[in-house]
Amino acid sequence: MAAIELRNVTKKFATADGGTYTAIKDLSLTVEEGQFCAVVGPTGCGKSTTLTLVSGLERPSRGEALVHGEPVRGIDIETGFVFQQDAVFPWRSVLDNVAAGPVYRGAGRSEATRLARDWLRRVGLSGFEDRYPHQLSGGMRKRVALAQSLINQPRVLLMDEPFSALDVQTRAIMSTELLQLWDQTKPAVVFVTHDLEEAIALADKVVVITAGPGTVKAEFEIDLPRPRVVQEIRFQPAFTRIYEQVWEALRAEVAEAYARTTRVAELAS
Amino acid sequence: MTDLHTPVTPSAHPAPLGTPPDEVQPAEAKSGMAAARRRRVVMAGLRVGIVAVLLVTWQLCVNAKLVDPFFWGEPSGVWASLRDWVTIGTPQGSLGDQILVTLEEAVLGFAVGSVLGVVCGIALGRVRLLAELFGPFLKAANSIPRIILGSIFTVAFGFGIQSKVILAVVLVFFGVFFNAFQGAREVDRNLIANARLLGASRWRVTRDVVLPSAFTWILASLHISFGFALIGALVGEILGANRGLGLLIRSSQNNFDMNGVLAGMVLVAVIALTAEALITLLERRLLRWRPPQTHGGAAVE
Repeated sequence: MAAIELRNVTKKFATADGGTYTAIKDLSLTVEEGQFCAVVGPTGCGKSTTLTLVSGLERPSRGEALVHGEPVRGIDIETGFVFQQDAVFPWRSVLDNVAAGPVYRGAGRSEATRLARDWLRRVGLSGFEDRYPHQLSGGMRKRVALAQSLINQPRVLLMDEPFSALDVQTRAIMSTELLQLWDQTKPAVVFVTHDLEEAIALADKVVVITAGPGTVKAEFEIDLPRPRVVQEIRFQPAFTRIYEQVWEALRAEVAEAYARTTRVAELAS
Repeated sequence: MTDLHTPVTPSAHPAPLGTPPDEVQPAEAKSGMAAARRRRVVMAGLRVGIVAVLLVTWQLCVNAKLVDPFFWGEPSGVWASLRDWVTIGTPQGSLGDQILVTLEEAVLGFAVGSVLGVVCGIALGRVRLLAELFGPFLKAANSIPRIILGSIFTVAFGFGIQSKVILAVVLVFFGVFFNAFQGAREVDRNLIANARLLGASRWRVTRDVVLPSAFTWILASLHISFGFALIGALVGEILGANRGLGLLIRSSQNNFDMNGVLAGMVLVAVIALTAEALITLLERRLLRWRPPQTHGGAAVE
């Protein structure tokens, strides 16, 4: 049984002027147990919408979202979510942020704290327990967010361009760290990004989404050996070969999305 | 009574009036800190100077018969009134008692009004149905000049502290309510989604995310609200009471003793400023998690 399955899902949103906007259309996607799936596509193609459907934050307008064979009916706490923007609680210390999940799931205070300390160590933040998020750098805040999510040992981990706000170097380092953490619990991952290089470096499978309304254009198995070091993986000839293939599929969509935004800009001006 | 409909924006408050915008930065050199301290001392000296000049001018104008102290009072007379109240006592008992009564009314009104305002504001901010149902009533109630209610409360609840506390509660409630409501509405949706995905129940989301997040807004309103509570207590006392600063001011007015009225005003101002300072302390304590307003926090890494 697949860990995550989207069956011909369509998601429409009501727009401010009373119309509807179709974010994704007839999208089907399967992620196996323990598989790392990256979803790439141009801006505004509904990548993030797929995550909200899997997480239960939104319901599909048509079609079905399944996690471990069960239709998603609401927020499932077996699912972890790492947001694009900061979603750690700014008024809580780093330790309390990470301990939040276990506490909400009914663990005792001391047990939650013990777990949180352990996870802070795993993400390399020992010694920062008492800091508030604003006292940390962007990369460190992302690690808090990762620990906050992974401490619950989710069987499904959804990541919405989690590293897009980081600088290029920090991003590569964080990606490698993410792979190491993922290896410890092996949840099924859907990692949304617009960065093809990041997608190939991380994933077992890369899914290319068309310019909105999004639907799957092509899927690519990435057979690069693990463990991978994201900072260096692009030097491998195999990486370049895969990159060329996937880019071939993505290029037209990016061009289409770009053309649309510039058309809008021209019309507006 | 001013219309409290528009919530007070939180950003208006963190830097109290009169604080230099660029306060001491840890990274800056020692000389910078010394300069900043010198600047503060000079600033305080200048402020005291301005007050002294104003008071002296006023007194001189009275002495030169340019200002009639019967209508406008005079600094020496105000000082004499204060001194008499402290040393001899007021016509209605010791000064301490009057202050305590007024303070009790204001603090009680402030506490009850704030708690009610926060609870109702958060509840309506979180539960759409409640907001839709009660919204129009609250707007209507907010548009009533609430000071008028003081007359009713005095008749209904008598000359004791009850009527003053209730008036203060009514004055405090709306300001806090609208701010708490707005604060609850403006919570970052990602934070709520994150808490829910981490397993928080609806109640925990309210307690752990909505409330702390709305606190920035709520605290901004508390600054103004203590002033309103004080107004409620004083107006209540002026309308009818047997003790309190409001009564003291009222009886001074009845005796055409403007110095007494002004002395009462000075005491009220001292109370208001002290309360303001305490609320600022509370704010610093509760909003410790917030980054400094003007500069980025000292990031590690």
